[in-house]
Amino acid sequence: MIATRRPKLELLSEALVERVVEEGLALLERHGVLVENREALGLLSGAGADVDPATGLARMGRELVEDCLAATPASVTLFDRTGTKAFTVGGDEVHFDPGSAAVTILEHAGGTQRKAMTSDVADLYRLVETLEHLHFQSTALIASDVPSPIADGFRLYLGLILSEKPFVTGTFRIEGFGPMKDFLAAVRGGENELRDKPLAIFDACPSPPLKWSNLTAQSLIDAARAGIPSELISMGMTGATSPTTIAGTLVQHVAENLSGLVICQLAGRGAPVIFGGSPSSFDMRKGTTPMGAIETMMIDAAYAQVGKRLGLPTHAYMALSDAKINDPQAGFETAFGAAIGALAGVNVISGPGMLDFESSQSLEKLVIDDGICAMAYRLIDGIAQRDDPIALGLFEGLAPGMSFLTHPHTRRWYRQEHIPAGLADRDPYEAWVAAGRTSIVDKAHADVQRRLAAHAAPPLAANVRGELDRIMIAYARSSGVDDWAPPRI
Amino acid sequence: MTKDEIYSKMSEAIVAGDREAARGLAEEAVRSGLDLLEVVDRGYVPGIQKVGELWEQGEYFLPELITSAEAMKAAMGVLEPELKKRNAGSRAGGRVVIGTIEGDIHDIGKNLVASMLQAGGFEVHDLGADVKLERYIETAEEVGADMICLSALLTTTMMNQRRFIGLLRERGLRDKYKVLVGGAPANRAWAEEIGADGFAENAVAAVKLARSLAGRP
Repeated sequence: MIATRRPKLELLSEALVERVVEEGLALLERHGVLVENREALGLLSGAGADVDPATGLARMGRELVEDCLAATPASVTLFDRTGTKAFTVGGDEVHFDPGSAAVTILEHAGGTQRKAMTSDVADLYRLVETLEHLHFQSTALIASDVPSPIADGFRLYLGLILSEKPFVTGTFRIEGFGPMKDFLAAVRGGENELRDKPLAIFDACPSPPLKWSNLTAQSLIDAARAGIPSELISMGMTGATSPTTIAGTLVQHVAENLSGLVICQLAGRGAPVIFGGSPSSFDMRKGTTPMGAIETMMIDAAYAQVGKRLGLPTHAYMALSDAKINDPQAGFETAFGAAIGALAGVNVISGPGMLDFESSQSLEKLVIDDGICAMAYRLIDGIAQRDDPIALGLFEGLAPGMSFLTHPHTRRWYRQEHIPAGLADRDPYEAWVAAGRTSIVDKAHADVQRRLAAHAAPPLAANVRGELDRIMIAYARSSGVDDWAPPRI
Repeated sequence: MTKDEIYSKMSEAIVAGDREAARGLAEEAVRSGLDLLEVVDRGYVPGIQKVGELWEQGEYFLPELITSAEAMKAAMGVLEPELKKRNAGSRAGGRVVIGTIEGDIHDIGKNLVASMLQAGGFEVHDLGADVKLERYIETAEEVGADMICLSALLTTTMMNQRRFIGLLRERGLRDKYKVLVGGAPANRAWAEEIGADGFAENAVAAVKLARSLAGRP
């Protein structure tokens, strides 16, 4: 049997990958990055970086960066809440998770966005539990009825109560890290257990161009020390906060992400780090950051290729759309991104459900996108040689009018070779009319209702729930939110 | 060169976004004793107006728009001190305090509006991003502003635009300033809902709105 090829997209020539890495390293060495965090500057200075304490500018030599790269694991293994199901983030493995962190939810009726409430966040978590092609959850929605000082921690708290899937999350303020780590440790039964079996990834975004804020640098340090994987989210906007050329933005991307990686490794050698991002092609008319632009996806696929060349796990914001409702744009941008991301072998793809420049989530879109992810997975499974000979034997005794429908070969293979249609319409026209001319969005809405009604949250041990409540209450009190009480969920 | 030729060169420098030429022509105008108010009105302003038209026609994109605004700034940097010396302030009725509101660090859109307002003949006091509500008022009082522009890119920070107007009311200053709101989540209905004086969807529209509120053509 001939081995199956996993189809792969590599946009950059090997020479261009090398050149981008070279220039990224040179940028760190010559220009450096601004680091607005004293502890990080101390670590960098201690490791021989050229740090100007007055400005916070840190120049990092190639040796330091390469040494830190060598210390970074090539893959991360996440475990679900039960600690039994493992997910490799590395190689060409692909895991989709909902795009985060939206502030609005799209109402199916009327097609308008409104601020998300706790109940919406709960529905989203429950729904994602049922979507088999979204391997991870993300803290995808911010509940507007929760006071902002505790909004970051609350999202994870609620998620861990309602979901078993691993999480992609992050802090909104420095004080948020402690309780969020404590939630994860409470689920695992201790900090060492959490280190052994990471349950969540923490995103940290440098501020383009070439700056790590106090909050994000602290998140890198804290996560590295706790053994929590940091996902580096460089997010240049071409022609606005990064060079307008795609290759130029890649150089900045490499420099920003590698400087974050260095901070992680200096805080905790061997810390898991994911080479991620949310860059975008900047719209020169509207001043917006289209995630659905083809150039955005090209940047994503290209930096993922660079990340792989550096031997790192990768992440991107893809499989999402800038459309405001579930219209054709929402579908084509999401599908394009899912296919390109999967073909590029991006390990963590954050995007499903997301609309409107990463600001809105839609439950209907989540189920539609789950179907898109199913297609992307099928695509990268490739085309296998199932039999030897492939088909010659099937034509023996071929008679006119013979069909393969009843051939044993069909029953043997069709389920492996072809995935179900999901919500996609494959009715003949008359049947579609007879069934009420239903659009995929209406079908998705019904599917959301059906899934939510049928889903029971996986049980969480009472002592763990009690511990989560205790940590959340303490976080609220220390944040000046004295009247916070656990929701009845 | 006739005056008209000089003016059209000034206008062309702005349309082309040529800072050096815009500044050089302004310096030349000062040296040769031209009527500087006329230089602004017939030389430079038509240039920036043409840029606005090209933007509206879809010919110009943000890089052209901002480069032209920068060229305008360079020219005005030469002309304004001279106009002041001669007590011929051309920017009457146009003092603006602008900033991205508390809790929000997105300032690209705000920067565009600030540049275009400045290019459009307003005296602009740009407070940057994450501006405390108090600071807008302090600055506006200090510089004697006519208008306060509040930018917000997030639906969460947009709420601070409403709070700001409440704060102005509390202080009894609401009628003293025109308040303009902008940013991705804002719209006309929002401006009306919170009692702002206006909303603009982009930098060119913001200049038009500011000019009309200032009672200028």
